[in-house]
Amino acid sequence: MGEKIKLEHGAGGEIMEELLRDVILKTLTLKSAGGIGLDALDDGATIPFGDKHIVFTIDGHTVKPLFFPGGDIGRLAVSGTVNDLAVMGARPVALANSMIIGEGLDMEVLERVLRSMDETSKEVPVPIVTGDTKVVEDPIEMFVITAGIGIAERPISDAGAKVGDIILVSGAIGDHGIALMSHREGIAFETELKSDVAPIWDVVKAVAEEIGWENLHAMKDPTRAGLSNALNEIALKSNVGILVREADIPIRPEVRAASEMLGISPYDVANEGKVVMVVARDYAEDALEAMRKTEKGKNAAIIGEVIEEYRGKVILETEIGGKRFMEPPEGDPVPRIC
Amino acid sequence: MSIEEVIKPYRDGRIAQRLVEKIKEEAKTLDGEIRIMHVCGTHEDTITRSGIRSLLPKNVRVVSGPGCPVCITPVEDIVAMQLIMRKAREEGEEIILTTFGDMYKIPTPMGSFADLKSEGFDVRVVYSIFDTYKMAKENPDKTVVHFSPGFETTTAPTAGMINAVVNEGLENFKIYSVHRLTPQGIEVLIKQKSRIDALIDAGHVSTIIGVRGWEFLSERYGIPQVIAGFEPNDVLMAILLLIRMYKEGDARVVNEYKRSVRYEGNVTAQRLIDKYFEVVDAKWRALGIFPGTGLELRGEWKELDIKNLYKVEVPKDLPDLEKGCLCGAVLRGLALPTDCPHFGKTCTPRHPIGPCMVSYEGTCNIFYKYGVLF
Repeated sequence: MGEKIKLEHGAGGEIMEELLRDVILKTLTLKSAGGIGLDALDDGATIPFGDKHIVFTIDGHTVKPLFFPGGDIGRLAVSGTVNDLAVMGARPVALANSMIIGEGLDMEVLERVLRSMDETSKEVPVPIVTGDTKVVEDPIEMFVITAGIGIAERPISDAGAKVGDIILVSGAIGDHGIALMSHREGIAFETELKSDVAPIWDVVKAVAEEIGWENLHAMKDPTRAGLSNALNEIALKSNVGILVREADIPIRPEVRAASEMLGISPYDVANEGKVVMVVARDYAEDALEAMRKTEKGKNAAIIGEVIEEYRGKVILETEIGGKRFMEPPEGDPVPRIC
Repeated sequence: MSIEEVIKPYRDGRIAQRLVEKIKEEAKTLDGEIRIMHVCGTHEDTITRSGIRSLLPKNVRVVSGPGCPVCITPVEDIVAMQLIMRKAREEGEEIILTTFGDMYKIPTPMGSFADLKSEGFDVRVVYSIFDTYKMAKENPDKTVVHFSPGFETTTAPTAGMINAVVNEGLENFKIYSVHRLTPQGIEVLIKQKSRIDALIDAGHVSTIIGVRGWEFLSERYGIPQVIAGFEPNDVLMAILLLIRMYKEGDARVVNEYKRSVRYEGNVTAQRLIDKYFEVVDAKWRALGIFPGTGLELRGEWKELDIKNLYKVEVPKDLPDLEKGCLCGAVLRGLALPTDCPHFGKTCTPRHPIGPCMVSYEGTCNIFYKYGVLF
């Protein structure tokens, strides 16, 4: 019996990485349109167009429950694609929306999801210019697949981090993943945990306008597999070491408490409204200030720097000053049992 | 006061730095090196996650003992439980088997419980034995068995559940006890001449057995002990105290984890454990038979343990570990995972060779997850 697809294959960790490299990339042949292509496994592709670049990306969204504390699948679908464009350095121009709906879904649910998509797209703003709708017999509730195109003056890849650069995050880490898991596990806290799902183009734009695209060396939205995966990808693709200080990584106290109860690191779970930026050292303070002036970036922080040693690895200086590697999670983290 | 406020000083970086300075100072006048053993997977998690070993001087060695109950659960018992499931099916009975998530995946030469499930047997992962109890009530026509590993911390709820089941006369709830005693297990290691200069006692085990449950180890073997909590500064404090006690020959048990542990422990839990369980000789996987370290149900409650209802033939000479696996040495504190040729290469959490790589509390799994740098 041959190997079967398991949930871990889609969880954003090492197992998924293997699937992408050994199966998908190996099977497909035409993978680049002249710019960053599929082989780069970046957040999106780039296509040179005159003196600019078209950035093209797609993202399928499956989330249970469809409505969760702090958001819903509609907001997630628009934000996810807008953010993939944003971290490539592209202004979102237009979105496409494909919905696969399970038979029996309440019409009212569909309407709520669409209203949420509408509100989120106005927030960016970005129009939804084309779409497709399918209904299937399987009880899937609904899947939302969004594609987006954007225009970048200077695309930002994951591979541009340079020794000496400074690393910033635009706000508290772990909100989305821990909120969803606590919700599913039925863990209640005095303060409700909320997903951070939001489009973050305005944060990226504010920084770029302040320090210039040329000083923004690498960017990622730390979605699946979280901050640890995003940093490891940058370290690996840029062939640099990364040192982050645990004490400087912003985490909400309620997220920390819940993550300890679940036995899951907040660094390993998805964020849906955050950006990790690697900027030239001399511009770090300006970038931080620009981020903090935006509503979504008000808790932004400098968390570390790019170093020469340990190329391809991320080193975490712990709260008590010890050091260890910050490894990417292997697959979707599951709550600790025993 | 919120939990945050209580815990804050135990995570404070400046306090940690001061503790590390003091440890370095004390270590200068040590005669050679000190080997401090801890016996709890959660302590290993704290130590590795916060990078404590990277802060310690070279002559202060913190080694991990047999603190992972799932890792030391004998191959023979896992296999016996599987055979019981098969035998019951042959006899036309279906058993629902529950166990913990990490026990579920532990490999044996005859497969894991996860493999059994993939063959179509009803194996379910639970968070606690209470879930099994609820399942037994919901499925009155089926036998529901909890495969029950664990040290005192887990034995207490098992005893509590057995008590409830006996009182209610719930007949379809069974266990398979592979419970073990922590201090008595360590005593065997000491007798076998494992070098242990000082002990960090497991905090959660201590909430049950109290300070007094550990005292005999200091009295008989002159080993200083500190019961420690699970924050980084708890562990650093324990290390500092132990170095001082070791140098002064001060063999007693100091309770650093006063916010949870009382001298006498949880007397109610102790009474229940004693009421239902008797102490027997028991095997620890990869370590051998340890006299007086296992717990089995007492005579009148024996039929609550499924192993006493089905007689199965477990093949003899099942190997505990695959060739080259250092899990045994890791559990004795003689090796760290990084000493093993398999570690991180042929043995990873996805393709574990030994039990220490499977369990969340296994030293190899923890080393792999956090990436050790020292």
